[in-house]
Amino acid sequence: MPVKLFYEALHDALEEEMRRDANVYVLGEDVGHYGGSYKVTKDLYKEFGDLRVLDTPICENAFTGMAVGSAMCGLRPVIEGMNMGFLLLAFNQIANNGGMLRYTSGGQFKMPMVIRGPGGVGKQLGAEHSQRLEGYFNNVPGLKIVHTSTVYNAKGLLKSAIRDDNPVLFFEHVLLYNLKEDLPETEYLLPLDKAEVVQSGTDITVLTYGRMRYHCLEALSVLAEREISVELIDLISLKPLDLETIGTSLKKTHRVLIVEEDMKSGGVGAEVVASIDEQYFDYLDSPVLRLAGKDVPVPYNGRMEATVIPQAADIVKAVEDMLELRV
Amino acid sequence: MGTVGILCNSLQIFGSVGTVLNREARMIVKQFHSPGRKRASLPIPQEVTMVQEKFAPTVESDLDRAEALLLYRDLTLGRTFEDMCAQMYYRGKMFGFVHLYNGQEAVSTGVIKQLRPTDYVTSTYRDHVHALSTGLSPRSVMAELFGKATGCSKGRGGSMHLFSAEHNFLGGFAFVAEGIPVAVGAAYAAKYRGTDAVSVCFFGDGATNNGQFFECLNMAALWQLPILFVVENNLWSIGMRHHRAASLTDIYKKADAFGLPGIKVDGMDVLAVRSVAKEAIARARAGQGPTLIECTTYRFRGHSLADPDELRDPQEKEFWRKQDPIPRLAAFITEHELATSEELKNIERSIRAQVEDAVQFAEDSPEPPLDELYRFQFAEDE
Repeated sequence: MPVKLFYEALHDALEEEMRRDANVYVLGEDVGHYGGSYKVTKDLYKEFGDLRVLDTPICENAFTGMAVGSAMCGLRPVIEGMNMGFLLLAFNQIANNGGMLRYTSGGQFKMPMVIRGPGGVGKQLGAEHSQRLEGYFNNVPGLKIVHTSTVYNAKGLLKSAIRDDNPVLFFEHVLLYNLKEDLPETEYLLPLDKAEVVQSGTDITVLTYGRMRYHCLEALSVLAEREISVELIDLISLKPLDLETIGTSLKKTHRVLIVEEDMKSGGVGAEVVASIDEQYFDYLDSPVLRLAGKDVPVPYNGRMEATVIPQAADIVKAVEDMLELRV
Repeated sequence: MGTVGILCNSLQIFGSVGTVLNREARMIVKQFHSPGRKRASLPIPQEVTMVQEKFAPTVESDLDRAEALLLYRDLTLGRTFEDMCAQMYYRGKMFGFVHLYNGQEAVSTGVIKQLRPTDYVTSTYRDHVHALSTGLSPRSVMAELFGKATGCSKGRGGSMHLFSAEHNFLGGFAFVAEGIPVAVGAAYAAKYRGTDAVSVCFFGDGATNNGQFFECLNMAALWQLPILFVVENNLWSIGMRHHRAASLTDIYKKADAFGLPGIKVDGMDVLAVRSVAKEAIARARAGQGPTLIECTTYRFRGHSLADPDELRDPQEKEFWRKQDPIPRLAAFITEHELATSEELKNIERSIRAQVEDAVQFAEDSPEPPLDELYRFQFAEDE
């Protein structure tokens, strides 16, 4: 099995899908000759040419609208947000046109469009480059939202996202591009709407996604030493939520902690809490709690920045606190 | 304190750019410091002239009887349909914001009737007539306005969200300027596939102050995309007169900054629009890139049916009403003996019957079933 870096897995997914379907094309800032800021599109233009690996001017709103128009005409655009935060400049085109147009047209047009790129809190990138947009976009009807976390799921999910006939927001994390993993040599696809049970356990369910998966794993190894058995679930699909997997787990553990990097107010975690409350309240032994990003612009200062997002020690403490509530 | 702070900043900013702006700044400062006299205000730009420049003269030599009648029919359909919409709105048959196209028909007809079925069109919230010119049936558009399941968007869209995949009518875009990049996308798809399809986007003068307009001119010229940017300059963005919103009021001149041809044409003259469109479409089809066309026009009604239209000067309205594109074409047709006025009357009668039939169809059509609320949201829900 070949060892691949995270960005190479994404690159390979693009390359395979572009070879498979001539309608798939990539567009964005510096995706062509420069190869993408995180090398995801490196050298693709050499095989596929400038039209299929399109270097756009810096105009997120217009080139996203252009992708929408091309998708309506049967192409399958994959937009790279150089930094996903830049896509706030294209919010209208993503929400009003990408998300709603199929519905408002009475189902006449498909919108096979992927919008992918790095987000999340990096290393002292400053507030605007440290954004998590899941919460912003979670309210938009018609979008599918996926957050990758491993080399393996990055590749399988991106291939599925490209083949999906709906607009998919595909989040990567800026600090995960150099992860390494052995990947299967044979082609594989992963479902866009399924969570992954990362580790089975019996005492409590921890729901997370994206880079927080690794903070949780770190916490789990500490908790294991203290003989606390945690079931860790990576949500992967943020919209729609895989409530079946969540429900199966909490029926076993009766306790749920959510760990998310996005800001607490109105985030995906809030939606998960509400959904659990509506569907699985009777199975709970304690309130569902959230460890989330603080509601503040991410500060530049490194020590302050670290306090903004949940750390492994916070997760350990939260789990222990919740289990002490055991009745 | 706030005011003083702002003034100091303004002075600093203006001070760094030069004497002209300095003078401007002093004027503003003076106004700020004269309470009880004149309130502070922005400098008032010069009024634009109402006299039209005919950059593109009417070309008539290649117009035969069949095409003349086709154009007349389309103009009349647009006008009759919109008048009927007003009636239906006031009778409570349709709701929401309904923006009528009366007065601007020569633009839709003049451009769209030169297109092929394989070409693409995007429109704005004032989209009924573009949809009709593109070939959507009056029945399907009226039913949509009535919110019926038989509407072109199955009752999910409404007035500002008309679509027809069958006719390559990519929409009805309700927010100002957002349809422009979508049309660029269609043009890109044509270039990508190597077809000779052409994309046309219609938008108003208000959209030309929006970033998407400039971003798209840039991309279209950069990649030589087969697209026509058709500005319907009706001088008003609801109550904002064009010269109060645009630093350079001649929109067609903005093409120059992006290296594409810009043409201004009398948008009340369907034949002038037609001749300009023909040329631009031919250029686009031949791979020679985009064109910006500014059509000077005027809406005969308020911004929407909810707009009392009290701001616009009656004299101004009168000035433009005299240029109504429909009698103008009628006069041309009879003067050149392409058809008799009786034949034109017959066309009007048949259009009237067609629009009445559309109303009856809409009235008789079922509403979309409530259990289909979620249908069409995702590609899986056919």
